[in-house]
Amino acid sequence: MTDLPDLWAYLQQGALLWLVVTLAAYGIGDAAFRRAGRSPWVNPVLVAVVLVSAALVGTGTSYQTYFEGAQFVHFLLGPATVALAVPLFANLHRLRAAMVPMLAALVAGSVVAMVSAVGIGWLCGVRGAALVSLLPKSATSPVALGVAETIGGIPALTAAMVILTGIIGAVVVTPLYNAMGVRDWRARGFATGVAAHGIGTARAFQVNETAGAFAGIGMGLNALVTALLAPVVAHWLF
Amino acid sequence: MIWALAILLGCQLAGEVCARALGLPVPGPVIGMVLLFGLMTAFRGLPRLVTPTAQTILTNLSLLFIPAGVGIVSQLDQVAQYGAGLAAALLGSTLLSLVAGVLTFRAVARLMGDRA
Repeated sequence: MTDLPDLWAYLQQGALLWLVVTLAAYGIGDAAFRRAGRSPWVNPVLVAVVLVSAALVGTGTSYQTYFEGAQFVHFLLGPATVALAVPLFANLHRLRAAMVPMLAALVAGSVVAMVSAVGIGWLCGVRGAALVSLLPKSATSPVALGVAETIGGIPALTAAMVILTGIIGAVVVTPLYNAMGVRDWRARGFATGVAAHGIGTARAFQVNETAGAFAGIGMGLNALVTALLAPVVAHWLF
Repeated sequence: MIWALAILLGCQLAGEVCARALGLPVPGPVIGMVLLFGLMTAFRGLPRLVTPTAQTILTNLSLLFIPAGVGIVSQLDQVAQYGAGLAAALLGSTLLSLVAGVLTFRAVARLMGDRA
């Protein structure tokens, strides 16, 4: 019989414990999201991040130790980014039909997101690597993290910014566009995908099927545009 | 399933190699995404082969953000220092981007004779 401190020391060294905690926290987050009628306020990622963070702080575990287990989940972000090509390809005919308005909206939404995030952050006194970390926050996480790393931001901070951006977008989008009187579901969906990536896209699908499909296209294209433009904007701003 | 995974990871690998070898500022997986898109237009059977696996991954995309998101615990000093500024930047820029995107889409569509 091993006593508890020994057992804890053993678990702390292995990757298994924190891998299980990550999956369980996501399961709880997802269940809470369904229970709340898929309200954008109860975001499963946010719930899971809060639960895991509380567990880490509560047990005095470092992020490095946690990541040894969680890296197996994190690794899948790479193939997930590649997989974004699949919905993009499936919507090829819609893409061709509204090509010009989409490209214009893509550049406008993407550049406004990057420049205004850094501009407002700077005005509010954010400086240094934290400011750089804001730049790619409208792109989908796997891309945003890669970009943050390339341009000298803090990927961990960017990850949190990306998730919060998605939640803000999902919550404000419907009242905002209703107040503006925009009735074109293609435009609404596409701009949502550009500004608020996957979380915004999930929200768009709940509101309207066409909006959802266009949001998916917007998210995929903005992943590409952010990856290409962020280093240029970063070079120009910093 | 195995081939679909091999293709996804293979595209990522090719993208990473490309990014490093050419010193591109674009993340390797993004190049992999463009590569897969190109391959799907070139090879007819490819979309059917990769779609089920790609969809399984994308359905659970949220799960993959957690390890990075938890990284916030190692950044609590940044949050304590800049929390209000970061929150203002996120709220303001998300609203501005939503407005800019939708207005541009409508303006250009109208210029092209669309009345929807």
